[in-house]
Amino acid sequence: MPKRQSTRWPYRWIPLAVIVSSLLSGCGQHYTILHPAGPVGQTELNLLVLASIAMAIVIIPVWILLAVVLVRFRDNPRHKGTYIPKWQRSKFFEVMLFVVPLIIVAVIAVPTVQKTYALDTLPRQKDPLIIHVTSLDWKWMFQYPVQHIATVNYIKIPAGVPVLFKLTADSPMNTFWVPQLGGMEYTMPGEVLPLWLEANKPGVYMGRSGQFSGRGFVHMVFKVDAVPRTAFNQWVHQVKTTAPSMSVAKYHALAHFGYAGAESFSSYPAGTFPTTSHGFTLTGSSPMVMP
Amino acid sequence: MSQILARLFPPQTRRPDEVVIEIGIVLSMLFLVYMLTRLKKWGWLWREWLTSVDHKKIGIMYLVSALLMLFRGGVDALMIRSQLALPNNHLLPVGQYDELFTTHGTIMIFFMAMPFLFALFNVAIPLMIGARDVAFPRLNAISFWLFAAGAILFNISFVVGGSPNAGWTAYPPLTELRFNPGVGENYYLVSLLIAGIGTTITGINFMTTILRMRAPGMTLMRMPMFVWTVLVTGALIVFAFPPLTIALLLTLLDRLFGSSFFTLGHGGMPMQFVNLFWLFGHPEVYIVVLPAFGIFSEVVPVFSDKKLFGYPAMVGSVLAITLLSYVVWVHHFFTMGAGPSVNAFFGVSTMLIAIPTGVKIFNWVLTMWGGRIRFTVAMLWQLAFIPAFLVAGATGVLLATVPVDYQMHNSYFLIAHFHLALIGGTVFGVLSGMYYWWPKMFGFMLNERQGKWAFWIFVSGFFVTFVPQYMLGFEGMTRRMYTYPAGLGWGPLNMVSTIGAFVQGLGFLVLVYNVLWSMRYGERDLTGDPWNGRTLEWSLPSPAPSYNFAVIPAVTHRDEWWEMKQSGKARAYKVKSSAIRPIHMPKRSAMPFFLGVSFFVVGFGMVFSWWVITIIGALGVIASLLFSAFDYNDSEEIDPEDVRRSEASLGRLEI
Repeated sequence: MPKRQSTRWPYRWIPLAVIVSSLLSGCGQHYTILHPAGPVGQTELNLLVLASIAMAIVIIPVWILLAVVLVRFRDNPRHKGTYIPKWQRSKFFEVMLFVVPLIIVAVIAVPTVQKTYALDTLPRQKDPLIIHVTSLDWKWMFQYPVQHIATVNYIKIPAGVPVLFKLTADSPMNTFWVPQLGGMEYTMPGEVLPLWLEANKPGVYMGRSGQFSGRGFVHMVFKVDAVPRTAFNQWVHQVKTTAPSMSVAKYHALAHFGYAGAESFSSYPAGTFPTTSHGFTLTGSSPMVMP
Repeated sequence: MSQILARLFPPQTRRPDEVVIEIGIVLSMLFLVYMLTRLKKWGWLWREWLTSVDHKKIGIMYLVSALLMLFRGGVDALMIRSQLALPNNHLLPVGQYDELFTTHGTIMIFFMAMPFLFALFNVAIPLMIGARDVAFPRLNAISFWLFAAGAILFNISFVVGGSPNAGWTAYPPLTELRFNPGVGENYYLVSLLIAGIGTTITGINFMTTILRMRAPGMTLMRMPMFVWTVLVTGALIVFAFPPLTIALLLTLLDRLFGSSFFTLGHGGMPMQFVNLFWLFGHPEVYIVVLPAFGIFSEVVPVFSDKKLFGYPAMVGSVLAITLLSYVVWVHHFFTMGAGPSVNAFFGVSTMLIAIPTGVKIFNWVLTMWGGRIRFTVAMLWQLAFIPAFLVAGATGVLLATVPVDYQMHNSYFLIAHFHLALIGGTVFGVLSGMYYWWPKMFGFMLNERQGKWAFWIFVSGFFVTFVPQYMLGFEGMTRRMYTYPAGLGWGPLNMVSTIGAFVQGLGFLVLVYNVLWSMRYGERDLTGDPWNGRTLEWSLPSPAPSYNFAVIPAVTHRDEWWEMKQSGKARAYKVKSSAIRPIHMPKRSAMPFFLGVSFFVVGFGMVFSWWVITIIGALGVIASLLFSAFDYNDSEEIDPEDVRRSEASLGRLEI
């Protein structure tokens, strides 16, 4: 037994070393979630950091305590720990073991509840852009109900303006996810779910589906191009004047199994987005009426 | 005829790798039949195993099945990881990846984790509470054969008809016929329904056994912790499986009979499936992890030579987890727009579970404090569990933080979280339990040195596999992607993860070698108490005789066997000859086996909608049940003389 003791210690630190080095490497630009480009993503990241610190306060001392216990109380003639085989109760520990975790949970739970409500409310002072999102097999269709234009697999949004996405599906379920702007929401047939996101600054942000929906699901990626307000208005004008219109036949072709590149349409047929739904709506200044 | 063949063997059952595996299966079957015939073991197989209602033998059959399924699920995992090792990889044919992650998840949860736990329930529970068998021995055998029918039906899908490919969660409308035309999803639905009946019966059986069959004097608060966890697991099973059954049944109706419960059109509501599935799914997580907690609560005191710290707090924590586990299921779909109030409620309720879980972890550490820790293999698995489960639990709290979950839902962060929880919790738990109770099951020890090799290899591979997956989650990689482009920076971490997976595979092979080597050369356990145990099963010879206890002990303490040894009754295991009475035992029965076969036939017919076959199977089911209902000759008495002879041969009779 004593021989094996000496070789055990280097191994024990491998997991910790891997975790620490991976955490340090988290600064790279590939870690999209750690580099948000909008207020929603930023809120979510802040909570992630807070909760991670609170959890580290719990688990690191327990790791250390475990290590100490294993050294002190190993069954070895040289061990230093006293042997107390009948020690099984301690009022102090039993109370503390419930109270301390309760405090830690409260530290995380209070801001969690606050932010959960906050993210469900559109910022009051700004007028949002509305985009209707429909996931199809295996592509994304976007409709701008106010501008009355449509795109496939890409969107342009004005930077600095909240965008209210209304999500549905004419396909198996997917999730609509633009990691740098903020978290995801499901697209489900027969339901319209709201999600608001905002880009702080102009840039191209990648979006994808986060829910397996069949063979082609990995190809359900789309580009979110955030541009200044004027450039956005120009783009809308350009699509309205130069792009073809989407016929009913074209919609059905899109809804059929297959892939598509980026496409633009100067108009789209009525009735391709559900007007009634049993989904929830956001609170705040959002216009609740379905245009 | 050619039409039938085309349905039985569609292209996805004829991929080159599958043909190789299929030939392998046929050859090993033929070899098995040849060996059984040559060694004249058919009668032995039939009398001792297939028709046995002895909980110890049923436990061993569960164990063998679970190890086989661990192998199958592990091979699936290695194929998944091979495909993901490099960006733009095209190692697997299109579509096979989707089948692999579906069968990997389904097999590991339903056909590996659950039977592995049921193996340990069966082996240990009656011995720990001083009972001669479970409350309903024949039902126990039925449970096993229904599990076996479901498992075999699920596993033949890749040979006959094609595997399911919609994930182990099988969210509709992807499982709807128009999106999923093959028979694969039928296999998933039918096999889980059949195995689910068996599981429900097991839950009822062990709950009843523990509540009704404890030795005199064993009050609830004197029960070993493992018994407590199995008791609440039984309750969890009884309340959690009905929603799953309903969800699967309605999906099956959608697919076979054209109803529209969860369909895309015709007013179907796919989200309701998700709701029902997780109403089962979250208690299921605790069904597989609470018994593992119970195992750790047995292993830690034994190998620390010390009483379990804070027993009442441990019991309270288990009960708290049980109750809370019913009010957290929505955290699996915070991103389905249930609104802030619902999400906030379920987020906080999920965080609350961390408190009793933390209490348990602290109590195990405090049990070791002031003890004398022996680093046996069983103990090592427990020691690896603590750091792994701490990380899993902490990241679980991060995922319960609703806005964080909006980002991490379905990402590799989630994958890493639940693999750390399920492997670090359940798999480490059952392996710890396997090494711990192995001498009690088979009468010989598993070689410790080889076991430690298996442990260190597997555990290093485990962390190398899953820690990078947390990072991949931060990079935005989502689950179930069969390929990914270069340039997103996902390549290196995926490669590391794949290497880790193969190291785990190597660890499993060493473990199998450990078992096979020990079967031949392992040290015999002649004392019945190789670990200096604390609970009643260690007062019996290894393996225990068919009737377990010649005389049912009267219990006066928690850790009864240890107290007996402490109070100087070193020969307490001796039985007074005059105290031996005739023992009433259940008789073996072929009916559970036939019921399993009949259910398999019913299921196979349903998968292909070949109703004649289904009706034949259903008649078999009805016949088995009728036969059993009128079979009054289902038990026998063992003559006290036989018991005396058997106890004397074990050196345990006191004249």
